[in-house]
Amino acid sequence: MDELLTQYIDPYYLRLLILIGINIILALGLNIITGVTGQLSMGHAGFMSLGAYTSAILSMQFACPFWLSLLAGAMVAAFFGFLIGIPTLRLEGDYLAMVTIGFAEIIRVFFLNFEPGGKAVGLAGIPQHTNFLMVFILVVVIIFLNARLLNSRVGRAWYAIRENEIAAEACGVDTTRLKVMAFTVGSFLGGLGGGLYAHYMFFIRPQDFGFMKSIELLNMVVLGGMGSIPGTIIGATVLTLAPEFLRIVAEYRLLFYGALLVILMIFRPNGLLGDVRVYDIRKRWFRKEVQGHANINS
Amino acid sequence: MPILTLKGISQEFGGLRALDGVDLEVEEQQIYGIIGPNGAGKTTLFNLITGIYEPTEGRIFFRGHDISNARAYQVASMGIARTFQNIRLFQKLSVLDNVRMGSYGVTRSGFWECMLRLPRCRREEKQVTQEAEELLDKVGLLEKKMEYAVNLAYGEQRRLEIARALALKPTLLLLDEPAAGMNAGEKAELMELIYHLQEQMKLTILLVEHDMNLVMNICERIAVLDYGRKIADGRPEEVKQDERVIQSYLGVEA
Repeated sequence: MDELLTQYIDPYYLRLLILIGINIILALGLNIITGVTGQLSMGHAGFMSLGAYTSAILSMQFACPFWLSLLAGAMVAAFFGFLIGIPTLRLEGDYLAMVTIGFAEIIRVFFLNFEPGGKAVGLAGIPQHTNFLMVFILVVVIIFLNARLLNSRVGRAWYAIRENEIAAEACGVDTTRLKVMAFTVGSFLGGLGGGLYAHYMFFIRPQDFGFMKSIELLNMVVLGGMGSIPGTIIGATVLTLAPEFLRIVAEYRLLFYGALLVILMIFRPNGLLGDVRVYDIRKRWFRKEVQGHANINS
Repeated sequence: MPILTLKGISQEFGGLRALDGVDLEVEEQQIYGIIGPNGAGKTTLFNLITGIYEPTEGRIFFRGHDISNARAYQVASMGIARTFQNIRLFQKLSVLDNVRMGSYGVTRSGFWECMLRLPRCRREEKQVTQEAEELLDKVGLLEKKMEYAVNLAYGEQRRLEIARALALKPTLLLLDEPAAGMNAGEKAELMELIYHLQEQMKLTILLVEHDMNLVMNICERIAVLDYGRKIADGRPEEVKQDERVIQSYLGVEA
């Protein structure tokens, strides 16, 4: 399939598109936890590595069909998301962030010493099953289901927890249950993204899923606009492409990357699409038309 | 049978006794006022009833069920809705979504139903939206349904909180100083709204308010708290005459 596409698209761009797709899936997962429900998680790469290693080991050593190992990886990540969700619910803000960082570190150190995972050397020779079409379809399906979920009873409750937990309880929301649910769903997507990543890269190492990866994913959510699906998609796209475009400035790349983040946060503190709603855009357009009419009449 | 009964409720925070052996009986479809000076324990009483705190001593019964140890969301789902003294809206949600959120406790569709838009979710969503719009119409906010809650004026935010509480289809509504910070005209308007809503929806309302005259006008019964104790309760006229109430709250008239 991808061979067919590379006749029309440069393989380099195809590779970028696939990475953007994987990052969108990862970021949408984190968006549910941090952007929508407001539970600051700084260990999303931990869930990603769980999905990556689980699925890679399953396909390499147990000859599992790709779809099955991908699903299994996501399920393992979701299970750990569920587990970490329960004790961390008593924590908020900074404290929760600390626990999630610690959790991701534990996972990383575990894989650093995990014999079947190749320890620090990493796991090489993972069959490359991930292709563009598959990522594309998954991204579309996930966006579709995600949008439905957020615009429903459960999604509203998640937003409500972010906005005011006490008021959410007073509306009948079992906040504990819904937070665990958010963590589980978010980690599922984290594991899914991890599995896709492993099966695209041939090769994974524990340090691919370190603290910096978690922060990168968090940046995508914050940059795009907390809780906004289009925002998260744009955030993931921009931050995947930025390092590529910044190749021009060579060794100053990371400097520019950092500066870009600072500038964006100064001018759009709520993220690129944080405050943008389709409704507002439509209203502004409509108002312009009305004014135009008035001018003609007068 | 009273809809809400409090028996010997005490609440301690560290060494502070915020409430001390309070008994209360609220009959169905009454507007029951609770008054008292600042720090008398009125809001603490609300937080106890709605399950935010658990009472140190005493028991709370709602329609015969012991709800003393129930969690806040369980109390809400049983049909006790409330508003907050310091407004607690979902600021970055639309006005409509705030009210739709209010009906969380009376809807049931779960994760899979919501994600896959199964029939129950679709049905509930339609119903909830329609009811929310009716409620917004009643409190006069229908035109602003797509605004962010945070962008509403102060008085509108108060009314939105009431609409959200009503979306839970409560039998008991707790209003914590709904008219705080309003001028006399707005207050009178709000009280009229509360009075009409009570009649229309056959609500029982427990109302905390500072303004004695307002409470006297719309409440059938009043309890007076002072330093965590109930010093009087009865019909407004009776309470007005009570020696201790005059001393501690109303002040001696010249």
